[in-house]
Amino acid sequence: MIKIKNLHAGIEGKQILNGIDLDIRPGEVHAIMGPNGSGKSTLASVLAGREDYEVTKGSVEFLGRDLLELKPEERAGEGLFLAFQYPVEIPGLSTINFIKTAVNEVRKYKGQEPLDAVAFLKLMNEKMALMNMDKTLLSRSLNEGFSGGEKKRNEIFQMAMLQPKLAILDETDSGLDIDAIRIVANGVNKLKSSDNAILVVTHYQRLLDYIVPDFVHVLYNGRIVKSGSKELALELEEKGYDFIKNENPTINEPAWTR
Amino acid sequence: MSNELSTIEQHVLSDYKYGFVTNIEADEAPRGLSEDTVRFISAKKNEPEWMLEWRLKAYRHWCNMTIPHWANIKYPPIDFQDIIYYSAPKQKVTPKSLDEIDPELRRTFEKLGISLEEQKRLSGVAVDAVIDSVSIGTTFKAQLAELGIIFCSMSEAIREHPELVRKYIGSVVPITDNYFAALNSAVFSDGSFCYIPKGVRCPMELSTYFRINAENTGQFERTLIVAEEGSYVSYLEGCTAPMRDENQLHAAVVELITMDHAEIKYSTVQNWYPGDKQGNGGIYNFVTKRGICKGNHSKISWTQVETGSAITWKYPSVILKGDHSTGEFYSVAVTNNHQQADTGTKMMHLGKNTRSRIVSKGISAGVSNNSYRGLVHIGKNAADARNFSQCDSLLLGDKCGAHTFPYIEVKNNTAVVEHEATTSKIGEDQIFYCNQRGIDTETAVALIINGFAKEVMNQLPMEFAVEAQKLLAISLEGSVG
Repeated sequence: MIKIKNLHAGIEGKQILNGIDLDIRPGEVHAIMGPNGSGKSTLASVLAGREDYEVTKGSVEFLGRDLLELKPEERAGEGLFLAFQYPVEIPGLSTINFIKTAVNEVRKYKGQEPLDAVAFLKLMNEKMALMNMDKTLLSRSLNEGFSGGEKKRNEIFQMAMLQPKLAILDETDSGLDIDAIRIVANGVNKLKSSDNAILVVTHYQRLLDYIVPDFVHVLYNGRIVKSGSKELALELEEKGYDFIKNENPTINEPAWTR
Repeated sequence: MSNELSTIEQHVLSDYKYGFVTNIEADEAPRGLSEDTVRFISAKKNEPEWMLEWRLKAYRHWCNMTIPHWANIKYPPIDFQDIIYYSAPKQKVTPKSLDEIDPELRRTFEKLGISLEEQKRLSGVAVDAVIDSVSIGTTFKAQLAELGIIFCSMSEAIREHPELVRKYIGSVVPITDNYFAALNSAVFSDGSFCYIPKGVRCPMELSTYFRINAENTGQFERTLIVAEEGSYVSYLEGCTAPMRDENQLHAAVVELITMDHAEIKYSTVQNWYPGDKQGNGGIYNFVTKRGICKGNHSKISWTQVETGSAITWKYPSVILKGDHSTGEFYSVAVTNNHQQADTGTKMMHLGKNTRSRIVSKGISAGVSNNSYRGLVHIGKNAADARNFSQCDSLLLGDKCGAHTFPYIEVKNNTAVVEHEATTSKIGEDQIFYCNQRGIDTETAVALIINGFAKEVMNQLPMEFAVEAQKLLAISLEGSVG
């Protein structure tokens, strides 16, 4: 699905990613963990195509296309979705209008006819039931005045509506209490299939109790320094990120490859 | 962040869509302004003596006035002797129906997207189309006449309903009011007149499209709307002008009068030529719009979407004279490139229990300047008056300006006056968020802008709201990277 090779990237001349290698196949759930400043969110932003970041080296292939050549909206059209750590507010723009625009823009990109009101409503009701989404939220301005939990649930609802191939969840658990985490994670799990893949970016292990990863990667100083199964996450939780440093004083071991 | 500036600079405003010239022989007054010009105009229109005297009085007053400079706008001095004050399209016979109208003129309207036929048959909107100075076609007049509603050009009203015109013209905006109002009173060429009799609810939106056509022609429109007791009318004014290199002056006067329990809703969508990207050309729009809630429980509501003109100087106001009367002002003003707008409102609370509400949304892009200037005056007899004002500014890029000048005068301590103001910027974060959902930047900006302006757009009659939304998007095309 996505093949990241030796990816180097930075912002305003500051190098943050120092050679990421990662290969995700359909049906897999990957987790990227790491301490603050290790480059987790940068990786998510670079993959989504945020302009501020500059890719200096390496390549990313997404469903056979060169991802880095595509504009952010084209990446979305190809099926890449980013659930934001801090979803933005757009006053006066209703959530439902925003989602309808997004769904139809993605359809347009794929050469499909836009959904008419009836078809859209049907899809929406279906996904709302799936997500346990409150209808009143959708008529409110996008994310304006939403609680932390509502914002994140809205992200996952959009994911359900857009049905991406690869969903990147950037710190989706940050700022949520345990109940909210459970709700959001349940939503994600319902969307999981053998056709799509999920990349969970998180600082803490707790989200991974609910969204169980097939692979866990530890990001440190802009490189993946250790990869393993879900047990690695538990080990990290127990020992803290320092153990990575202690284990690899040089942090030079070859990056994880399949 | 580093990318924002360059992408904004790269992008350019789309060329003005309505830039074309209709080739019609014009019947013009000689260039310049003098008593003779005033007499020429009055004679051309076969006006009665009192009208000419009124004009001359205004002209003499204007001669002793100086052009105001208090607004936050800059422009080179206007040579008032270099303007043609009257220009009427030449027609062999006066048209009795739309079919008799010069096909060239008809095509102009079609390019503007107002097919009179369409309007007539389908939309239920009566259009009083004004090209330059003479009203060339009035639809639905017969249907309106059945209800006793008078909707006609100002020249016709002066001929056919002199008693009404004489009673009300200049009663809200006196000829001495300000420099541009005095000028308008002296040389106004045409405009619309509308009279809604007691207890009548006008069943359709009344609408006028103004159009400035001949080169170097100042357009001086005069609109007067009177709503008698218990009546209601919704009026829409839409404006487009073809592209010109030289600045064209527009100084209109609009007067509204509501009696007891009457309501006038006046909506404007203005997209006159704003000048090119370097700031050459464009319309100078100096307008005096004022309404008076004469009767108790009456209401006047101004809604404006201002996207055009090089300069906009405009303060639709309401004098709340009747007790329990209500004034509203909803405004979206967009400036891009070198446009300058100084616009707002005046709410003059004189009666008891009067209410006013001001919602102003300014959107600035390019190197433009957008100012809100508003006065809320609570007179000493205006017990329990209330005002709420909200002024929001949205900036696109970092070379434009947004300014707010709220003036509040309270002479009665039972009044409650609230003012809220915000300034925000379209964030890269907002645009990226939309991009990530598959929405391109142009569409994203349109969504954000329309969200920002929603409260005002909601006030527009439905059929024009959609058009206005598109207009907003067009005016700001390419202003964010």
